[in-house]
Amino acid sequence: MTPVAVLLWAIAALLGTAVMAVALSRAAVATQLVYSACAVICGVALLFLLVHLVGQPGSTTSLSLPLGLPWLGAHFRLDPLATFFLIVVDLGGAAASVYGLGYGRHETAPHRVLPFFAAFLAGMNLVVLADDAFTFLLCWEFMSLTSWALVMTHHQDKENTRAGYIYLVMASFGTLALLLAFGLLAGPDGHYGFAAIRATEHTPAVAGLVLALALLGAGSKAGLVPLHVWLPLAHPAAPSHVSALMSGVMTKVAIYGFVRIVFDLLGQPAWWWSLVVLFLGGISTVLGVIYALMQHDLKRLLAYHTVENIGIIYIGLGLALAFQTNAMNGAAALALAAALFHVLNHSIFKSLLFFGAGAVLTATHERDMEHLGGLIHRMPYTSFAFLVGCVAISALPPLNGFVSEWLTFQAILQSTNLPQWSLKIMVPAVGGLLALSAALAAACFVKAFGVTFLGRPRTPAAAQAQEVDRFSLGAMFICAALCLLAGILPGLVIDGLAPVTLSLIGDRMPVQTSIPWLSIVPITAGRSSYNGLLVFAFIAFSASLAAYVIHRFASRALRRAPAWDCGYPDLSPVTQYTASSFAQPIRRVFGDLAFRVREKLDMPPPGDIRPARFIATLRDRIWDTLYMPVVRAVNFGADHLNRLQFLTIRRYLNLVFLTLITLLLVLAIWR
Amino acid sequence: MERIIFDIAHSLAGGLVLVSFMMLYQDRLPALINIFAVQAVLLALSVAWQAYMQDAPHLYITAGIALVFKAMIIPVALHRIIKQLGIHREIEPVVGIGSTMFIGIGLVALSMVVMLRVTGHAAPVAREDLAFALSVILLGMLMMVTRRNAVGQVIGFMSLENGLVLAATGAKGMPLVVEISIAFSVLIAFIVIGIFLFRIRERFDTVDLSALDSHRGGQ
Repeated sequence: MTPVAVLLWAIAALLGTAVMAVALSRAAVATQLVYSACAVICGVALLFLLVHLVGQPGSTTSLSLPLGLPWLGAHFRLDPLATFFLIVVDLGGAAASVYGLGYGRHETAPHRVLPFFAAFLAGMNLVVLADDAFTFLLCWEFMSLTSWALVMTHHQDKENTRAGYIYLVMASFGTLALLLAFGLLAGPDGHYGFAAIRATEHTPAVAGLVLALALLGAGSKAGLVPLHVWLPLAHPAAPSHVSALMSGVMTKVAIYGFVRIVFDLLGQPAWWWSLVVLFLGGISTVLGVIYALMQHDLKRLLAYHTVENIGIIYIGLGLALAFQTNAMNGAAALALAAALFHVLNHSIFKSLLFFGAGAVLTATHERDMEHLGGLIHRMPYTSFAFLVGCVAISALPPLNGFVSEWLTFQAILQSTNLPQWSLKIMVPAVGGLLALSAALAAACFVKAFGVTFLGRPRTPAAAQAQEVDRFSLGAMFICAALCLLAGILPGLVIDGLAPVTLSLIGDRMPVQTSIPWLSIVPITAGRSSYNGLLVFAFIAFSASLAAYVIHRFASRALRRAPAWDCGYPDLSPVTQYTASSFAQPIRRVFGDLAFRVREKLDMPPPGDIRPARFIATLRDRIWDTLYMPVVRAVNFGADHLNRLQFLTIRRYLNLVFLTLITLLLVLAIWR
Repeated sequence: MERIIFDIAHSLAGGLVLVSFMMLYQDRLPALINIFAVQAVLLALSVAWQAYMQDAPHLYITAGIALVFKAMIIPVALHRIIKQLGIHREIEPVVGIGSTMFIGIGLVALSMVVMLRVTGHAAPVAREDLAFALSVILLGMLMMVTRRNAVGQVIGFMSLENGLVLAATGAKGMPLVVEISIAFSVLIAFIVIGIFLFRIRERFDTVDLSALDSHRGGQ
């Protein structure tokens, strides 16, 4: 059996699980059964893919089934790029399934989640395997619809219904863009197979148009600014393990679509493409993190961070395009490897963080950080795992987030050799944006972790939180361990990515596993190198030493004393820093860039005993300037076209007649 | 000999257009139905001539269908309907005969221009037949648009169908299935619309469509 066939059987098993979930939907065992089945299938597929990656790197197998369009059939293909993305998908799927074993027990409507969960996993696997435009779009739409159903799980909530609606509109828009892109790629003769598309030459105008459409289609699914509006609404609305899948994995499938179209199908890129991609990526990173800083809903904050990380990935892809057009294949391979490495990293730590948010939600029934606090005492294990995720996403060594961002910076430093002046200016500017976003992300996660887990509980719910079950903790610790592993052994990942860069760009980064002491060297040893293990050992050593010194030489007497209380002996948790007060300095600086921030202070006059109030209102500029006009135009058009529903029969006949005459006249005049 | 065959085909098709024009200015329903019957006879002749020309015996069936259904059964049935409805003596004012005729001439010119340009590489007989057929279709539509009376609209619709049949038979090698389906679609449309006429009549005591509009409110 070829590798593709094995994977297709795994997908069939997932679809079978979905059908079984429908049949069993109301039974009590369904939750355990479905999640364990999904975990086992994804785990087996993951193992198989890893063995495939190690055993036959760079091999390509394909298979076509007599499904779909009669003259086309359904083509599937497993090449290095698909292998890598399938590893990401199945890793995230397995982790989310394990987490679901525990988290799913608290689900009030399991029959709305289970069938779609398995089907969603199958859909994401299928998109990556698809090898013709029809199958790709069909599976893409299947993935969108199943995830939409998951977003709508708790549809009684008005907010969720709105989120689902906006998600559906944006998903349809994205699919339309991709449909047009594939239509252009297939050309007038309609060669929908990817092999045929790859073989044809595309004119520069068509290729540019396809790039724009791919940016719109895949970008709207991935959450590229300004197409990100659905993401912070839809991701928090779904159950937490589904949020983890949508944020961590589905956005990666969108990136897969972009990479497949732009790097594989479209042929040789033009240099200005990289300019567009870099610009959008840079904007996304900074705006995403600024949006995230303003949030006090934990899951929404994480969703906005996805926008930031997607931006980082797009920066890497843009750099790869820039180097590829200028025949700097080594640098292009470095940039692409950095982007793909970040794809893997983000899928791991974003899943971890969403699992943590889900654990907090289970324990306290609260997503609003302003109502949390002090959870580190009640939920020590969750706090630790969440902290690891925070450190990883803030790109601090020795975890994996640092490595991929560092590699991206290494690629940025190569830009001085680019011949185009606009790129020479653009790339360092984007590097500045990337650095800014990394710093802001760290601030954001200091806020997220500090307000949620440190300090004192702000509500009784937070004060009575209980540690979550062992499955949830297990999933979180697996992800945390992977973050650390990828951080201290990045050479393995980079070498695993080599077949992908070889197949797409024709070059690879230097072999890393042969370098002593597990260092990584992106270009040459003389320029730069990084050793995660060394950093980790140093941190571990110095921290142990400091702890030892403190415990050995400091006083052992434990003293509890009143904190500085500003003259008020009654210390209320309300006097702590809140999420909004933490973000206020940054809101002052950047708020007007992204939001129209209005801060209003309502101070009662002396003698009045009502409390003073500070109200900050935020309005999303992108929503107001880009989306509201469209909404208004659609409403206006609908209002006015509504009249057409109430015409007389004669008028309808007249309309038909006049339309026909007009079309004939156009034909007569034009031909 | 070749030329005469073509000329006969053209004059028959042209006759259909001419009869369509005649229908435009009839202000009495019985006369309108009679002229429709004449058009159907002409259609049957034209189709039969095409059958002879193309050596396509199955087209004789189509011609027969046109002759029996459209030239006999439907006109007789329509005569009965308008008698039952009691509107066979009514004069239906046709507004603006002159302007309607001018629009009709414009439509014929338009269809000639379009068809002769678009079908540049088709056989000459088919080209001109298609042009005539499109004229008949457009004139049928024009009649549907200008008539206020439901029976007038039914006849306009069926005259439009005549144009379709003419087009279908003018093109060589059209399978019979299409023609039978077209013929039956006309019959079905006739039955449906006939039933509708009685329903309208039951409800509102008139088949004048403007009366129907007044019941919908708003307009």
